Amino acid sequence: MTRFSRFFLGVISAAALAACGAPAASAPTSAPAATSAVTAAPAETTAPAAEATAPAASGEPFKVAIVMPSSTTDLAWSQSMYDALVAVQQEMGGESAMQISVSENMFNVTDAAAALRDYASAGNDLVIAHGTQYGTSLFDLAKEFPETSFAWGTATDTGADKGLANIFAYNAKAEEGGYVNGVLAASLSKAGKIGVIGPVEAGDAKTYIDGFEKGVKDTKPDATVAKIYTGGFGDTAKAAEAATTQIAAGADVLTGSAQQVVGAIGVAKDKGIPWFGTQSDQSSLAPSLVVATQVYDWKAVVKDMIAKIHAGTLGGTAYNLELKDGGLKIVYNSGFTLPAEAKAAADKAIAGLTDGSIKPLP
Amino acid sequence: MADFFTWTTLLGILHSTVRLATPYLYAAVGETFAQRSGVVNLGVEGMMLMGAFAGFYVVFTTGSPLAGVLAAALVGALMGALMALVSVTFRAEQGISGIGLHLVGLGLSSMLFKLLLGTVQGVDGLPELRLPLLADIPAIGPVLFQHSILVYMAFLLVPIAAWVLDRTTWGLNIRAVGDNPQAADAAGVPVLLIRYATVTLGGALAGVGGASLSISALNIFQENMTGGIGFIAVALVYFGGWRPYGVLLGVLLFSLVNSIQLWMQVSGVGIASDLAVMMPYVLTIVALAFSTRRLGQPSALTKPFTRGSA
Repeated sequence: MTRFSRFFLGVISAAALAACGAPAASAPTSAPAATSAVTAAPAETTAPAAEATAPAASGEPFKVAIVMPSSTTDLAWSQSMYDALVAVQQEMGGESAMQISVSENMFNVTDAAAALRDYASAGNDLVIAHGTQYGTSLFDLAKEFPETSFAWGTATDTGADKGLANIFAYNAKAEEGGYVNGVLAASLSKAGKIGVIGPVEAGDAKTYIDGFEKGVKDTKPDATVAKIYTGGFGDTAKAAEAATTQIAAGADVLTGSAQQVVGAIGVAKDKGIPWFGTQSDQSSLAPSLVVATQVYDWKAVVKDMIAKIHAGTLGGTAYNLELKDGGLKIVYNSGFTLPAEAKAAADKAIAGLTDGSIKPLP
Repeated sequence: MADFFTWTTLLGILHSTVRLATPYLYAAVGETFAQRSGVVNLGVEGMMLMGAFAGFYVVFTTGSPLAGVLAAALVGALMGALMALVSVTFRAEQGISGIGLHLVGLGLSSMLFKLLLGTVQGVDGLPELRLPLLADIPAIGPVLFQHSILVYMAFLLVPIAAWVLDRTTWGLNIRAVGDNPQAADAAGVPVLLIRYATVTLGGALAGVGGASLSISALNIFQENMTGGIGFIAVALVYFGGWRPYGVLLGVLLFSLVNSIQLWMQVSGVGIASDLAVMMPYVLTIVALAFSTRRLGQPSALTKPFTRGSA
């Protein structure tokens, strides 16, 4: 009986791992393990750098792999990049022209590093590490796979000073959209109390919130911005409680960032509080209360990276999403009626940010 | 800092505490039953996630919050029965099988979410129920008596659980099975059956606790949305000395500190957000370290039962 119980336990654990692994490593087109057999990695590493364009020339699909901390449907950070990849794929002519492999929910950096290595050795042309936390692993890999192109964000370091030539870095100037949202929020708030639900004080979440606060202060100097950080990115329940607290404390306009905000938007919807979003369009969650969202559009970045790789340049560029070049967009929700003067103030802010006369950071 | 000690803040803290306590209460009271009978169920978190998903999906498809609560209880009970099968019948190590069950719940709920919903969507969950008269009490009335039915049920659960454990024959049997299963068995108490019942009940309550998030507090489902509540609930059972009222005290203390840190951040009290977020967890650890009295701990906790072997 004891032997049987051990066996049963083994089965349960295996089932657990299988069930757990299934959604995390769902690669729609090509699993890393399968493709590694097809592409002979050692042969490629001995080839000169100029031959990096060979796969495209021979008509094989361009292969992109991405490791992301949350899911492709998080309505925030991860989805913004996934949507861009899919859009570029469609432009290039579908799966026959470009293959996308995705590893989702890789919040654990150790797992992410393993996935990145698998993708690199599987012969992907571009391996994207969609999170600042993956940086260390990425720099090690880039050294080991000099023929593979890597990209990571949000980051500005391409590793050029470490002698690496195959890393792209991308960053979003989240403070710009944050500023515009802040201007709008200040115009909408009657109480002069605005609530922010942040994840942790770092990365584009911090710059977004800093920009937002500056936008509010520049519009209504006596308005207060109360901030709650939840300490994580995906804890929906905590974000919801933070939103409830903000509303109870008198906030009549809310914003927030990271994939946790779906919880906060639910509360905003229940209480009829206008919401400002960032990263991906969040209008679908509260069609009558999401006012505007700063949307990250990585399409131009992805296209430029692919073009450079085709031309034989595997890295070295640091990209910045800005309002100026359309990488950042303020998407208004048609379901919310925005007062004309608020819209005018926002347009003025966008113009000022574009020509540089407004500095979005304090 | 000056405006921290205001009525708005104090009532707000009270309100948040009640709301925050709800999922912990279901999970911890359910776990109390399982542990009093001698089974530590570390799979609570996974059961909450499955309950949260089942409840949400049923409301999403049928529009009936009541059916959602029932579905959550049912799915939680099934997970609990599975835990009982592994740890009671097959006598697998309880800690390991609990973690296995947690991973099953986490993976399965995420996978079903992907397959059936695809993206985060909202539903109309349980409405807020304003208790007549009580809710008219100035100041604290709306804070305490204007919640969804699941919130009231969570707090009602505590005296019910205490009564069942201390005053009924079934409760006596549960305690006997948890303290001395050999003697209970000799006295004709069905040890395995009792353990199946408590672990299954614990699962059902965990499921409802998950649903209290997905169809009452938040009205959405997202992968891994419980974010550790189930594990904290297990710790709170130890903290509460395996007694429902003790557990209630632990849950309230944890939720109170949690809501205080939320309000401190809102009021602009000069404290680093990372420190504020840590507060409730640090408190739990400190409290656990100081509650060294193990008087209430069931003697047979974590020990599988085999007839005839002492």
